Amino acid sequence: RKLSVTRKMAACRCAVILLVVLIWGDFSLAPAESKRPEADAPPQPARDAADSFVKTEVPGAHDDGVPAQAGEEPVLGEAETLQPREPEPRPQDEFQEELVIRPLLSGDIYSSFQFRTRWDTDLLHQGKKVSHYRLFPKSLGQVISKFSVRELHISFTQGYWRTLQWGQPFLPAPPGAELWVWFQDSVTDVDGAWKELTNVLSGIFCASLNFIDSTNTVQPSASFKPLGIGNVTDQRFLRYAVLPREIVCTENLTPWKKLLPCGSKAGLAVLLKSEKLFHSSFHSQAVHIRPVCQDGQCSRTSWELRQTLSVVFDLYASGQNKKEWSLFKMFSRTLTEPCPLASSSKVYVDVTDNPQGELFELSPATSTLSQAVVLGDRRTYSVYDLRDPESFGILRSLNVLLKWKGQDNGDMLRPLLHAERYVGGYGLQTGDIHTLIYNHHPFRAFPVLLLETVPWYLRLYIHTLSVTSKGHENKPSYIHYQPSKDRLRPHLLEMLLQLPPNSVTKVTVQFERALLKWTEYTPDPNHGFYVGSSVLSALVPSVVAMDTNSTNDRPLFSSFFPCLEESGYFMRVYTEPLLVNLPTPDFSMPYNVICLTCTVVAVGYGSLYNLLTRTFQVEEPSGGMAKRLANTIRRLRGVPLL
Amino acid sequence: MSGYALLSLGYEITFSLLNPDPKSHDLHWDIEGAVKGYIQPLLDKLTPIANFSVDSQILYYAILGVSPRHDASIDGYTLSADSLPHVINPVEARLGSNAASSFPVLNFLLYVPDAPHSPLYIRDHSGKTVPTNAFHSPRWGGIMVFNVQEHYGEEPRFPVHINIDMVRVMGVFLAQLRLLLGIQQVQAPPGFLLQSPGNEGVTDWELDRLLWARTAENIATATTTLTSLAQLLEEIGNIVINDNIAEQVYSAVVSLQLAVAELEAGNLAFAFQASKEAILSSERAFFDPSLLHLLYFPDDQKFAIYIPLFLPMSVPILLSLLKIAGEYRKRRSERVKTD
Repeated sequence: RKLSVTRKMAACRCAVILLVVLIWGDFSLAPAESKRPEADAPPQPARDAADSFVKTEVPGAHDDGVPAQAGEEPVLGEAETLQPREPEPRPQDEFQEELVIRPLLSGDIYSSFQFRTRWDTDLLHQGKKVSHYRLFPKSLGQVISKFSVRELHISFTQGYWRTLQWGQPFLPAPPGAELWVWFQDSVTDVDGAWKELTNVLSGIFCASLNFIDSTNTVQPSASFKPLGIGNVTDQRFLRYAVLPREIVCTENLTPWKKLLPCGSKAGLAVLLKSEKLFHSSFHSQAVHIRPVCQDGQCSRTSWELRQTLSVVFDLYASGQNKKEWSLFKMFSRTLTEPCPLASSSKVYVDVTDNPQGELFELSPATSTLSQAVVLGDRRTYSVYDLRDPESFGILRSLNVLLKWKGQDNGDMLRPLLHAERYVGGYGLQTGDIHTLIYNHHPFRAFPVLLLETVPWYLRLYIHTLSVTSKGHENKPSYIHYQPSKDRLRPHLLEMLLQLPPNSVTKVTVQFERALLKWTEYTPDPNHGFYVGSSVLSALVPSVVAMDTNSTNDRPLFSSFFPCLEESGYFMRVYTEPLLVNLPTPDFSMPYNVICLTCTVVAVGYGSLYNLLTRTFQVEEPSGGMAKRLANTIRRLRGVPLL
Repeated sequence: MSGYALLSLGYEITFSLLNPDPKSHDLHWDIEGAVKGYIQPLLDKLTPIANFSVDSQILYYAILGVSPRHDASIDGYTLSADSLPHVINPVEARLGSNAASSFPVLNFLLYVPDAPHSPLYIRDHSGKTVPTNAFHSPRWGGIMVFNVQEHYGEEPRFPVHINIDMVRVMGVFLAQLRLLLGIQQVQAPPGFLLQSPGNEGVTDWELDRLLWARTAENIATATTTLTSLAQLLEEIGNIVINDNIAEQVYSAVVSLQLAVAELEAGNLAFAFQASKEAILSSERAFFDPSLLHLLYFPDDQKFAIYIPLFLPMSVPILLSLLKIAGEYRKRRSERVKTD
């Protein structure tokens, strides 16, 4: 960089002044109050220079009383040598963005965005409060500091993930809103912090998370272990809540996009337009905050913020039944530039099923292929690097186009773990919940942790709990059950089940429906009441050896769940939420009662009173109707009556 | 009193660097050092008045609400004084307030114009360019425009790495902060010299003046609050005042009297403390949720509910009463006639 001579001197002067002022500022600040009078002692010219800077630069400020010093000359006289500028501190945060496109064999297409900001700082350091943000959003940083949060995972999902048709998702999420938080062990009142945290988050994400209270919050003992580093595993610091009825819409997408450094103006986030995103079969957006290791030995930690958005576009609804997908067709936008703040910005397209190009055709062609082990399988991806200006071609826009050849769909490999749940029974008094867990592995058995949260108004009879696999009883090796308290807390059932290979495990429990007080019903009570999804967490055996070193350079979608052993990978499966009808009273009865009472009182009382108090007198029988009518007319005319 | 921030017990001061063009400008600012060197001494001196907390952020792709006009005479772009009120609105949505506290926020924005609109100058009402290129809005904060085209050099290769000169910036922000907190500019009478503020940026007499003004305003506000509470009680006679609210009112009155006495005696610090307690107690008493107007049964609602029930019932009673009265009068007139 070439600067002219005068500019160089001006820059050096500025640097010197800054340096001198900072040094003297430090001297006057560092000691406590007792030394404050001494702060006046340090050399006058430097400080006066700063003061006259303050005074002369202010609009409308008048220095009539103060002899305005030139300000610059005395300082130069003081410092003979021009000191070099302080070295720039290395940026402590980095931002990566990626998009993975996976064409599904049913003709649908699955796109998953991940935006990761990593910040090498300690947000919870007790001494110095962190308050200077660059890429990490300020609102989330302040939330973490104030509530001493160690891990925060929040997701908003619309639609249900169909595992049998679409395979396994990279980032599973239940329908509705789900929030689970690990607090630091320095927090004394976890319930109070949880309540405040849900209210603050509902303000940040424009969602009604304030409905989370003690009736839908649980403390799972084994299911939601921390995904980041840390040694706190006492379940008293974990809170989990799910709101299955929560709807996701543009109002939730906009504040989510605001948290990204580039917003929705550059990079991959320009594709996130709500009119197309919500016209899909499945839409899920999430924010995950956790501490991670900076290097292999984990000597220092840094904070990682991942914002993920997954969407599945349907062949018939969005695709107009044409098996041809492109970025423009899916998102009505194309990519024009990467985010300038991102250290890496890539688009991955899954071409594992298409090695010779016989299934579909991908354009623009790219020679970069990368392999990644994800979900226990080694997959091949075509990579478009947005930081390479050649990816955009002559038109300066990148529109990835996938055209399917041929009509046959091919058979998708059945996922190893799959679950279903439904309500059985009839009537409005009792019922039962059936959960079916499928293990499609041909010869390996593996354990699965099942977490069920049932609201208090479905009273579970735990003595009817039965677990059967292949017709025989399957005793769980670990059960944690916390019974509900009316209007205080829900049922919590956690079981560790061993699933035999190639089998269906059935978990059944009977329940009875409670009658709620009439103010506790929702405005549309005949819609039903939702029961949140069950969560199955499992370490599934994988066909390929997994990489346990978490600091290797890997695509974001393969590094979300930590990998602790080579032979298996961690998977979480969510079942469907249930919709249960409760016995509903007739809400028009108060109005009916009031009307009836008023009518009876008004009409009945009046006539009864008259009957009781009227005296009867004998009267001559009057003539026929004609005579009476004639008499009335005569009376009107003033003529004597008949 | 223009520029006077609304009275509060604490302030959040947020410095934001707005970079609308990260492809052209790679901006770096040493905000931490600048805050420590310039702003923190002032805030430390003002600790008796309020709690302060400072944070900063960088916002990318943040644009101003108005498009500046090109001025060929200075070969740059200008923002006229009339368009300044519209500048803040689109940025405000992205600034955000502190998610974790309820103190009011004072925003200080540093805007580096994008390369197509560099350099950018602000014009005041008379048409002259403002030398500091900054303006502030009362009770909200201040904005400064920092032109960086001199850092481009001969052949700029975008993005240009730019270190922002924090001395100049902090000078302006410090002056704006003083105005926003209510430290007023005074004209010294002729023949007198004003004491220089020193390293902390505010002199002792200015601090005393601020304390005195704040105390007076606290006392006035507390008195008004208590008076309105009394008026409310007169209007709605059947509000139940709990003991804790009564306690708060009593303590507010005691603190108010103490504050006035201390002010008369000249002990500013004690007077300010007393006035702070007075205003806290009076606010707690007035905004207590148990005093909500809607919880009480006003008289006209009572009539509206009971009339449809009792009116039809009372109609035959009234009629028979009237008949009895008529018969009694007839009988009396007959008795008089026979007499």
